[in-house]
Amino acid sequence: MKTNFYEKLYLGMIYLFLYLPIFVLIAYSFNNSKYSIEWKGFSLKWYESLFKNDSLIDAALNSLSIAFLSASAATLIGTMGAVALYRYHFKGKQFLRSMIYILILSPEIVMGISLLILFVLVGVKLGFFSLLIAHITFCLPFVVVTVLSRLSGFDRSIIEAAKDLGASGFYTFTHIILPSIAPAVVAGFLLSFTLSLDDVIISFFVSGVEFEILPVKIFSMVRLGVKPEINALCTIMFVLTIVIVWVSQFLMREKEV
Amino acid sequence: MKNNFIGSFGKFSIALTFLWLCFFAFLPFLLVFIASFLQRGSEDFLEFSFSLESYEKILNPIYLEVFLNSFELSLMTSIVTLILAFPFAYILSKLPQKLKAWALLLTIIPFWTSSLVRTYALVAILKTKGVLNGLLLYLGLIEKPLEIMYTGSAVIIGMVYTLLPFMILPLYASFEKLDFRLIEAARDLGANNFWILLKVILPLVMPGIVAGVILVFLPSLGMFFVPDLLGGAKDLIVGSFIRNQFLTFRDWPFGSVASVILTIFMLLLIFLYTKVQKRGGRVDENELL
Repeated sequence: MKTNFYEKLYLGMIYLFLYLPIFVLIAYSFNNSKYSIEWKGFSLKWYESLFKNDSLIDAALNSLSIAFLSASAATLIGTMGAVALYRYHFKGKQFLRSMIYILILSPEIVMGISLLILFVLVGVKLGFFSLLIAHITFCLPFVVVTVLSRLSGFDRSIIEAAKDLGASGFYTFTHIILPSIAPAVVAGFLLSFTLSLDDVIISFFVSGVEFEILPVKIFSMVRLGVKPEINALCTIMFVLTIVIVWVSQFLMREKEV
Repeated sequence: MKNNFIGSFGKFSIALTFLWLCFFAFLPFLLVFIASFLQRGSEDFLEFSFSLESYEKILNPIYLEVFLNSFELSLMTSIVTLILAFPFAYILSKLPQKLKAWALLLTIIPFWTSSLVRTYALVAILKTKGVLNGLLLYLGLIEKPLEIMYTGSAVIIGMVYTLLPFMILPLYASFEKLDFRLIEAARDLGANNFWILLKVILPLVMPGIVAGVILVFLPSLGMFFVPDLLGGAKDLIVGSFIRNQFLTFRDWPFGSVASVILTIFMLLLIFLYTKVQKRGGRVDENELL
């Protein structure tokens, strides 16, 4: 089917709408002037002042470690859960499935305050652990769904064959299933990593003052107005996201081959 | 294949996932529900005595108005994103395979990018001395800068901007499954474009529309940072309301009531979605990722 000129124009305009603000932001991050929208020459000074800002660097490192740890844990639990959901029939399977889909759709704010109530009642101090638990929880359903989608093309008779040959459940998991779903597992990890790195709303409720993470910090800074260092920081985050998306798309595309 | 034997590793996998989600997702939801029936404590956040006070309080017209305004904003956001995304997804699904992969990648990048970063990027465009006004003044289309920032329109633009990919992707998944021969058949039988859209295309992509509306409507009720960065003081959405009750006014039962209402509303929408799914082709959640 052919697309005509007007249809291409329409696509272009929507892409412009989606990307223009981001490109402007990137351009500003290299602009030598602080407030003006005029171009005052190329400069890296906002990146320099960004890297001299210790509290921002700390927040970035905290964010990266939370993102790495929560994505790893969510990927581990989520992959095991997805394989179990695919392989076995058990009581409460439907409940588990529904819980996973409802979690994906539920507004983040509801999850944020519900975890806040849990942490306060149980007595977990708001900080590293509360953030880690919250991030694992909201990443987990996305990993399960990503891995399940890959498993839907998996040949069940291979599992049967492995079992007939005497393989244990764990051996089948590590030697038969895992190698063939590896791209989805990595994609699930990358998705979790970006979700964790980007989350503002849930983190806003469950983070404390001693352990600041980037999105919450950025949020508190941008409420006070536009700052050129933030432009630089957002540019870095955007570039990082593009790389991660590209890698994960590359991995997921493989399944069609 | 019915296989009821589950080895120890399988049992462990099920137990781990199940317990994690029960303890950190289901139990907290239950706690919010319980908290909504408690009283505000003088020392602690919650006092353990049953009360319907918060439910009565929320029926006060002042608070009802917050909800109505927020729902109106979310409805507007859903309608605008649907209008923008519908033709977009349709054209996308018609592109040649190679171009389509690139076009899709360009749609997924904003989907994965932090919505806070994207909202913040919009500020530079919309502010009085921003890019949009600069461009319009340069072209001579306006004589003095438009005041878009800190108005209701800025909030809607911000919501549409951040949530548009969430509408495009499920719609695209539906259009991908659409058999274009049906459209040709309808045309051969003498249907005009309007009737083809209404009687052929719309029913077939309905699951995508409903999925898209859910993915736009629900988050837009909670994204308090959009009105915070772009809107004025008047634009209080349910999300800002809940946030304020929890962190500023420290009235947890009242904030919980709002959250319970939001949850019930979400379950209703999901119920509606499963209904539509059964009628039409299912949009696979997996395709959204």
